[in-house]
Amino acid sequence: MSSSIQGARSGSTANSLRAPSFRLGERIVIGLLFGAAAISVGVTIAIVISLFAPLPGFFEYVNPWDFLTGTLWAPSFADASFGVLPLVAGTLQVVFYAMLVGIPLGLGAAIYLSEYAGNGVRKIVKPILEVLEGLPTVATGLFAVFWLKPWIQESTPFLEWTSPFSIGVAGLTVGIITIPLIASVSDDAMRAVPMALREGAYALGATKMRVALKVVLPAAISGIVASFVLGASRAIGETMVVLLVAGGGSPQLKIGFTEPAGAMTAFIASRATGEIATGTIDYYSIFAVGALLFLMTLIMNMIAIRFVNKFREVYD
Amino acid sequence: MENNNKVAGNEVFSLSNMSVHYGESLAVDGVNLPIYENEITAMIGPSGCGKSTVLRSLNRMNDLIPGAKVGGQVLYHGQDMYGPEVDPVQVRKLIGMVFQKPNPFPKSIYDNVAFGPQTLGMKGDMDEIVEGALKKAALWDDVKDRLKDNAFGMSGGQQQRLCIARAIAVKPDVILMDEPCSALDPISTFKIEDLMMELKKDYTIVIVTHNMQQAARVADRTAFFTVDTERGEGSRVGQLVEFDETSKIFSNPADSRTLDYVTGKFG
Repeated sequence: MSSSIQGARSGSTANSLRAPSFRLGERIVIGLLFGAAAISVGVTIAIVISLFAPLPGFFEYVNPWDFLTGTLWAPSFADASFGVLPLVAGTLQVVFYAMLVGIPLGLGAAIYLSEYAGNGVRKIVKPILEVLEGLPTVATGLFAVFWLKPWIQESTPFLEWTSPFSIGVAGLTVGIITIPLIASVSDDAMRAVPMALREGAYALGATKMRVALKVVLPAAISGIVASFVLGASRAIGETMVVLLVAGGGSPQLKIGFTEPAGAMTAFIASRATGEIATGTIDYYSIFAVGALLFLMTLIMNMIAIRFVNKFREVYD
Repeated sequence: MENNNKVAGNEVFSLSNMSVHYGESLAVDGVNLPIYENEITAMIGPSGCGKSTVLRSLNRMNDLIPGAKVGGQVLYHGQDMYGPEVDPVQVRKLIGMVFQKPNPFPKSIYDNVAFGPQTLGMKGDMDEIVEGALKKAALWDDVKDRLKDNAFGMSGGQQQRLCIARAIAVKPDVILMDEPCSALDPISTFKIEDLMMELKKDYTIVIVTHNMQQAARVADRTAFFTVDTERGEGSRVGQLVEFDETSKIFSNPADSRTLDYVTGKFG
């Protein structure tokens, strides 16, 4: 403390502006916290590198254009074919049927929770939605295989149920999984709309329904659209349900509610076992599909973030 | 200031022994107040005196606050406004409101004004209704070339006049104003006051204001509220102290508390 700033009482340290100690504990904690943040970023980068690194190997065998536009996916046939469209079509069908369920039910729940439910109801319904969100998807998949699919099959005898698997039922099940996500993000967006806007509309003689649909919903639209995009991106990434309910699928491009179909995630999960030999075309194909999947969800999440930011600008 | 006594018109509202509770706590009690047709009635008083609470009970806006309960009697043209048959939505069609902070919808200027008439399914040419309301709010010349622009792009004073246009577009009977100028600059404030003087020919106006000069400038009659200090520790219950012609309230009030407030001794 010899070089401390000298106060009026020369020689005393009473007026020193220097830290009394090195504060080692605080420095260690800061270091650990930084490490935690750095590891999560580092792991993400490592995953991306590991996904993209094997791609040159794959595209040595397969023309990128044939990969993206081919309609036959048969990596293990003697006459192998690597057209990814059947898998992409499977994934997109899952997203389509999922949104058919997730958007109306998720948004409906959000409008109810935000505009109609009393505090008592909210306190019960919100935790239930959160439990549903945290349910292991393999459990939801089992529910779909042994209960939902037989039930849908029985109630729709006019459809051609030839396979034990169905991409449509898989999609609807994934839709159920996306309901809590869509409901909770949309609910937050609608509750962020200032009370003053609602009052302005009520003061003009608007009914509760009109206030909800014509004032609150449009004011929260970017947050609501973001919830749809997040739901769709969740549906793209869902693996277990698709594997259980839609099956492995055929190598051909097929579209239809009752068809079995492979999706990108389900293909990866079924193939990436310990038995696969590294450096084979089989091995490379997993990473090609994985990288494409990564790009699709990345783009969707970027769209969602743009919407959410735009929505924040309006009321901050 | 006018010296001759004003002739009171029809009573639009008649409040007798009116009170408002928020949950268990009493916010304002024992209000007896008539509000006359085609006049501007001002409610003044210190913070927490219950003037905004009384105003918001005149179009059942307090219904939106959980636990709010109105006691006593509020008559609107002789009808009990809190009777079991009364529909709050119908009440608010007839009794419009302009708020403290301008609250335009995040829509175009045109759509803001058209929202009310569309809500009520009003007949007639919507362009004419919108133009008429904007002209009455003295806003038409400012915005006629940018009706499709978002209302958030306007100045605060313009936004508040838009909210007034929005309120008069549905042709209400009464316009309630809750400190409509407190977020505005002096020039915008004068514009709104001019507008109020113009509007009282067609409407009955009730205004809550913190600004005593504003009440003195625009109001025909003024009600002075304060916090009742005789109810004991910790309670903040508002009460109506005095209601009279504005000139009387500001020059020769009957109650000493009113005199102290209007001369700036407290509040």
